Amino acid sequence: MQTISDSVALALRLIAAFDAKLVDIVELSLGVSLIATTLAACIGLPLGAAVAVARFPGRGVVIASLNALMGLPPVVVGLFVYLMLSRAGPLGGFGILFTPKAMVIAQTILIVPILAALSRQIVEDAWSEYREQLTSLGAKTLESAMTLLWDTRYSLATVLLAGFGRAIAEVGAVMIVGGNIDGVTRVMTTTIALETSKGDLPLALGLGFVLIALVMLLNFAAHATRAWSHTHFG
Amino acid sequence: MRREPGPTPISVNGRSGGLPIVARGVSFVRGGTTILASVDLTITRGGRTVILGPNGSGKSTLLRILHGLIGPTEGSVTWNGASRRPAEQAMVFQRPVLLRRSAEANLRYALTLAGINGGDADRRIFEALIDVGLAEVARRSARVLSGGEQQRLALARAWALDPEVLFLDEPTASLDPAATRAVEQIVARIHARGTTIVMTTHNLAQAKRLADDIVFLYGGRIAERQAAERFFRSPQSTEAVVYLEGERL
Repeated sequence: MQTISDSVALALRLIAAFDAKLVDIVELSLGVSLIATTLAACIGLPLGAAVAVARFPGRGVVIASLNALMGLPPVVVGLFVYLMLSRAGPLGGFGILFTPKAMVIAQTILIVPILAALSRQIVEDAWSEYREQLTSLGAKTLESAMTLLWDTRYSLATVLLAGFGRAIAEVGAVMIVGGNIDGVTRVMTTTIALETSKGDLPLALGLGFVLIALVMLLNFAAHATRAWSHTHFG
Repeated sequence: MRREPGPTPISVNGRSGGLPIVARGVSFVRGGTTILASVDLTITRGGRTVILGPNGSGKSTLLRILHGLIGPTEGSVTWNGASRRPAEQAMVFQRPVLLRRSAEANLRYALTLAGINGGDADRRIFEALIDVGLAEVARRSARVLSGGEQQRLALARAWALDPEVLFLDEPTASLDPAATRAVEQIVARIHARGTTIVMTTHNLAQAKRLADDIVFLYGGRIAERQAAERFFRSPQSTEAVVYLEGERL
C-alpha cells in the first residue's frame, strides 16, 4: 500500500498535469453547482426579500421554517428528488433521473432555503433602516423589496457564494439522484467518496485539494467583495 | 382611518392638493406608553410650522402622523378632506436614508416612483443638485458623501419632487454648524418657492430663524400654538415658559 506522502505527491501531479479525468469531474461539479446556485438565486432572493418586507399572518412560521430548512440533510433532499423523478414518481416522465439535470434540481432545493433565509435577514435589516423613507417616497411593498435587493447586492453576493459553497461541497443528494455514473454524473464529492472506498487515494486527494482550494477562494472572494463595496459604496 | 366630514377638496394648480392637513383628537400609544394625547392641529398653506419641545414630547411621532407614515391610535388626520395621504408630500429625516447608488440616481429613483421620467426628470435632477450645491458630486455614490452632503442630497431629492408640503424631522441634529447653516438656507429657498414647511427641532435658535409658527409639544400634548415671534417674546403656557427659561440657562 502506498504511503500517504506518495498519494499526496501523485495527487499534486494529477492537478499539475491537468489530468483529463480530474478536469472533467471538476468541470461537471462547477457546472452543476453554478446552475443550481443561479436557479436557487432566482427563487430564494426574491422569496427572502418578500418575506422581509411583507407582513402577513404566519410570517413567523415561514421565517422559522426557512431557517430550519437551511439545515436540510442532503441525503433526505436526494431521496425526495429521487422519489419525484423515479419512473413511478410524478415527474418520472421527464426521464432525467441519474443525469446532471437531476443533480441540479437536488442542489437547487438544498440551497433555496439557505439563500432565502440569509437574504431575508439582510433585506430585513436594510428594511428597518429604509422603511420610512421608501414609504414616504410612495414605494409599494414589491417595489421596496426589489429596491432593497439591489441595495444590498454586495452582501447578497456573499450569500450566493455561501450557497454555492454548500452546493459544491455536498455529497449525499447528488450521489442518490446522480447515481455517481463514471463520466456522466460523477462530481468531486462523489468521486472522493468512491475512490477512497476503492483505495485510489491520489485521485480522491487531488479532488479534495481542488475542492478545498475552491471553497477557500470563494470565501476570499466574498470577503474582498464586501471590503471593496464598503469603500466604494458605503 | 375613518373619513371625517370636512371641507370639500379643492384643486390648486391643477393638482388635487393635500392642504389643509387637519388632525383631530389624535392620540398615539405604543407599548402602553402614551406618546401623543388628543392633539388637534391644522396645517394651512404656505407657512413654516416648527414643532418644538423637549426630547420625548412626541414631536417626531406627530410629524410622522401628519405625513401619514403612521396612523394614529385614536382620532383622525385628513389631507384636504381626504383620509389617504397625498403624493405631493416629501419628508427629510434626521439621518438621511440614501440608496447605494449615485447621488443623481437617488433623485431619479424618487422621481420614477412619483411617475416623473424623461426630460422632465433630467431637468429636475440637474436643477435640484445645483440648488443644493452638489452638482459636482452627481456621479459619486451617495453613501460615501459626508454627513452634511448626504442631508443636502436628501433635501435635493425632496426638492426635485416639488412637494406641496415638506416635513423635516430634526434635519440638522447630527450636523456641524456649517452644514446646519447650509440646510437651513436650502429649507428657506424651498419655502420661498411655495412649499409649506413642517419641521421638528429642539434647537431654539433654529426655531427662531426658521419658524413662522410654533407648535409647542409637552408630554404628548400641545401646550401652546403661537406665532413664532410672539412665542419667543411672551410664551403663554407655563411649560413653554419653563422650557425657554431652561434653554437660556
